[in-house]
Amino acid sequence: MIDWSHTALTIGVILGGALTLAGLLIWVERRLLGIWQERYGPNRLGPGGCLQSLADMIKIFTKEDWIPPFADKAVFVITPAIVVITALMSFAVVPIAPSFVVSDLNMGVLFFLAMSSLAAYSVIIGGWASNSKFAFLGSLRAIAQLLSYEVFMGLSLMGAVLLAGSFNLSDIVDAQQQVWFVVPQFLGFLGFFMAGLAEAHRTPFDMPEAEAELVAGYHSEYSGMKFGMFFVGEYLSVILLSAMTVILFFGGWHGPWLPPVVWFVLKMSAFIVLIILIRATWPRFRFDQLLSFGWKVVMPLALINLLVTGGVVLWKAG
Amino acid sequence: MNIWIYARNLTLGLWIVFKRTFTKPVTVQYPEERPYLPPRWRGRIVLTRDPDGEERCVACYLCAAACPVDCIALQAADDPTAQDRRYPEFFRINFSRCIYCGMCEEACPTNAIQLTPDFEQSEYARRNLVYEKEDLLISGTGKYPDYNFYRVAGVKTRDKDKGQAENELPPVDVRSLMP
Repeated sequence: MIDWSHTALTIGVILGGALTLAGLLIWVERRLLGIWQERYGPNRLGPGGCLQSLADMIKIFTKEDWIPPFADKAVFVITPAIVVITALMSFAVVPIAPSFVVSDLNMGVLFFLAMSSLAAYSVIIGGWASNSKFAFLGSLRAIAQLLSYEVFMGLSLMGAVLLAGSFNLSDIVDAQQQVWFVVPQFLGFLGFFMAGLAEAHRTPFDMPEAEAELVAGYHSEYSGMKFGMFFVGEYLSVILLSAMTVILFFGGWHGPWLPPVVWFVLKMSAFIVLIILIRATWPRFRFDQLLSFGWKVVMPLALINLLVTGGVVLWKAG
Repeated sequence: MNIWIYARNLTLGLWIVFKRTFTKPVTVQYPEERPYLPPRWRGRIVLTRDPDGEERCVACYLCAAACPVDCIALQAADDPTAQDRRYPEFFRINFSRCIYCGMCEEACPTNAIQLTPDFEQSEYARRNLVYEKEDLLISGTGKYPDYNFYRVAGVKTRDKDKGQAENELPPVDVRSLMP
């Protein structure tokens, strides 16, 4: 029996929390990048500048919402919604604390993988519907990137699934009470985090939107709030990547003294900061480098990791 | 092993950037904090006066000739109070053209035209950037507090005869310079 009021409350908290955090992250990223580049970043509006995203939003609403005459209108309009919807759907299976989860699916990992694959479609059809060459190039890169990272993303988190013996994310977190999976599954963690960076289109794998080469990649033709949706979607997937990394490899809500929610948010924030730090530091991969790295290095490593983990689990089971 | 070098360098890079969290930003937050501008900063152009409070400009047109963008316009006229002096009837600088190169200041024989450490000249209308003489003329002496062209010039002026200027020897009687 589902407790409807509890579920509704959880949905509200997670939805509101994720969207607020995504909005806040726009400011946090600019501020942190500023600090790491020895400047201040936006610090005018509100305490420390934290209302900057609000001002950005007001500004972006006043922008002309232009649909290019050469674009495929229906698909063009739908795409930004797909980005945000798929990112938010994935939050349904994210367990923040014991029983603090919208839907405790017994195949939560698969649901997460499916939703992240769907999010890739928005990039592809968004670039195709724009009908311009830069957007199209961005989409082409996104497709090639999707083919290379989706495979080892799934493979590298299978190790955690094998150790926990369950596709349920809450069970995976509970299996890490003794030792976090990052210790036995370090290769898996590296592969998953790398694939996650590629999926969220973050440096050093942000080729689909490489602003130095492709204007803005797949969302070159988008303006106004449609562009804003892509932006929010990107930050939602950053939050999602951090949350999933914490759940799968860093013990989720487990931790001494502090309440579970606090531990979860702390760990997640640490990963968000790490992702921004990576953006501040590392240059973008060249495109062929990403593909050859994905197929020739990470993919075999993920396979070996899976093989060894499976062997160890079978041997322990006797 | 190459891969260890890569891994080490990548993490080292992350650490170096992360250390910047604890350094003070170099930004000068302009409207509240103001940058130090050296006295020789080439900013807004002014016309100065000599220590007696009279205009230094003698309307020689050298600044207008030196100006590479031709933004200085002036008209010389005889000073009605003294026949041996000229002054600019109007003096106009078009700051929308000015490139603040300072060549007018270098060309000026009387230190009248000077560039000052002030860059806040933004205007909403372009025509407001055309400064007339009353906008340019200041009551002070600028960078040279004691300098008065007419007191050091080796010519006869209304106040002194030839040879009576500061740091000037009396005129030499060339006929007495016999070997």
